[in-house]
Amino acid sequence: MVYKQWLARAREQHQLLIMTIPLVILAVVFHYLPLWGWIMAFQDFKIARGISGSTFIGLEKFQMLFQDEKFYNVLRNTLVMGVLTLISGFVGAISLAILLNEVRFSLFKRTIQTITYIPHFVSWVVIANIVSILLSPDGGALNILLMKIGVISEPIYFMAKDTWFWFIHTVVSFWKELGWNTIIYLAVLTGINPELYEAADVDGAGRFHKMWHISVPSLMPTAFILLTLSLGWIIQSGYESQFLLGNSITIDYSEVLDLYAMRYSFQIGDYAYGTAISIFKSVVSILMVFSVTYIAKKSGYGRIL
Amino acid sequence: MKRRLTLSDALFSSCNYLVLLLLGAATLYPFMNLLALSFNDSLDSIKGGIYLLPRVWTLDNYAVMLSNDQLLGSTIRSVVRTVLGTSLGIMATAFFAFALSCKEFMFRKSFNTLLVVTLYVNGGLIPIYLVIKNLHLTNNYLVYLLPLLVNGFYIIIMRSYFDQLPAGIMESAKIDGASYFQTLFRIVLPISLPVLATIALFISVMHWNSWFDNYLYNSRDKNLSLLQYELMKVLLDSSTQTSGQTRVDENTTNLVTPQSLRATMTIIVTVPILLVYPFLQKYFIKGMTIGAMKE
Repeated sequence: MVYKQWLARAREQHQLLIMTIPLVILAVVFHYLPLWGWIMAFQDFKIARGISGSTFIGLEKFQMLFQDEKFYNVLRNTLVMGVLTLISGFVGAISLAILLNEVRFSLFKRTIQTITYIPHFVSWVVIANIVSILLSPDGGALNILLMKIGVISEPIYFMAKDTWFWFIHTVVSFWKELGWNTIIYLAVLTGINPELYEAADVDGAGRFHKMWHISVPSLMPTAFILLTLSLGWIIQSGYESQFLLGNSITIDYSEVLDLYAMRYSFQIGDYAYGTAISIFKSVVSILMVFSVTYIAKKSGYGRIL
Repeated sequence: MKRRLTLSDALFSSCNYLVLLLLGAATLYPFMNLLALSFNDSLDSIKGGIYLLPRVWTLDNYAVMLSNDQLLGSTIRSVVRTVLGTSLGIMATAFFAFALSCKEFMFRKSFNTLLVVTLYVNGGLIPIYLVIKNLHLTNNYLVYLLPLLVNGFYIIIMRSYFDQLPAGIMESAKIDGASYFQTLFRIVLPISLPVLATIALFISVMHWNSWFDNYLYNSRDKNLSLLQYELMKVLLDSSTQTSGQTRVDENTTNLVTPQSLRATMTIIVTVPILLVYPFLQKYFIKGMTIGAMKE
């Protein structure tokens, strides 16, 4: 009886089923099937034998992982670059949003907004090309500028300075996402009740006072939530930028977890080890995302969520 | 409201305009510089000193690029990927979002959960690679389209837009005997243009910009390479050989240095984006704010 009712509903909603079922299958294949592949990390996996033909070896790969010095090195790189990008992007976005909010001439404001969105939309390949041309030791604009004002006497090959990589990577990421990151803060700023500013005018407050005592505090709840939530995703921050900006000289500072997993899998052929790295990353990320979401909700700013 | 213009206010305003102008210049300069390089004679560019304007005008760089079969082919493949990927992607997103916004849909809860999980759980680079390899999707054009078709983030943005539509609309369509497809195409989609434009922009930029799937899955087959990947190869070549050696291009007798070729390719890759996103600005700003608030 229940079965018949179910069938009748399915017939009635068959168009919705046609719309969704192929997509559900794709989602299962590309998002869930890889999870089944996690079994590999617990096997003496050989690509020719596949998962069903490989023997189980327990946690050996994870023991190997936690004793691998290089693993701690790439973990450090991943976290440091994630934090640097997050914090700088955060401070930059809030400052720019506040400065833009002070502009009365709306055409100017819109133009600056449009311009600063450009780098967000272009690919990392383009950005990396721009960086390598600007920083090039022969004829790069930055070297020419620094030589002209007398800071340096010989061109510097910036991309071959391994210890500078974090700094360069942070500056480039900052430049790429600066404008884009302001969108939400600008939306919050336009939502501020104008009476607050009028009241401050009556009290004789100047521009600075109004910025500091009205605009900045109004942004704080949103900023707090966004910062906390992004902290959870820090280990998931991408690998494209490091892949493209890095090279064999900077590898001790530029290699991140995914690139290391790739190198291990494709160059050494140890897919099980690469998978163990992927699992570590996913599990840590889920734990972090859920704990920071929990903290953010508990903190009392949860209304925004 | 009366506004007093004090000296400190005026000073602040001018500093503010100055800072923002500098920021705009710092954002635009690299692109302007590449634009100038792409229109400058490539042998002349080696001497350096090209900033905002070309010194020796030429279209040779573009001519060389477009007469190179590999580059032209990859440009066409990139365009096809973007068009196909965006049309399929927007359709998939609309279908899934629409089904999830139909309250009576029998799998509404379970499909929603299935989708939300994909936002948080990531199989990881290597496990995904092996799935794709086992499905024989490597060295295959389909790998550009299929894995990106279901995107939980976009589906959720679109669903929250559909949910905000006046509740009576779907009901009255149903009473009039419209099927689900008719309701979606005739009623829901025509009044959802802002969110469709936003998602279409995001999807098309994603397809146009991607190169990593090309590198990972299709790097063996020259006939599958995309423009971004070709540009990446030029970039990696240039970081191994430091200076601007000249080389004779295979198909022409023109001399073009790798640096000029890079500048030209970068411009060709960037221009389509610059032509599209400013017109959609007010839509995606709305889309981003809704998405963030709903998250």
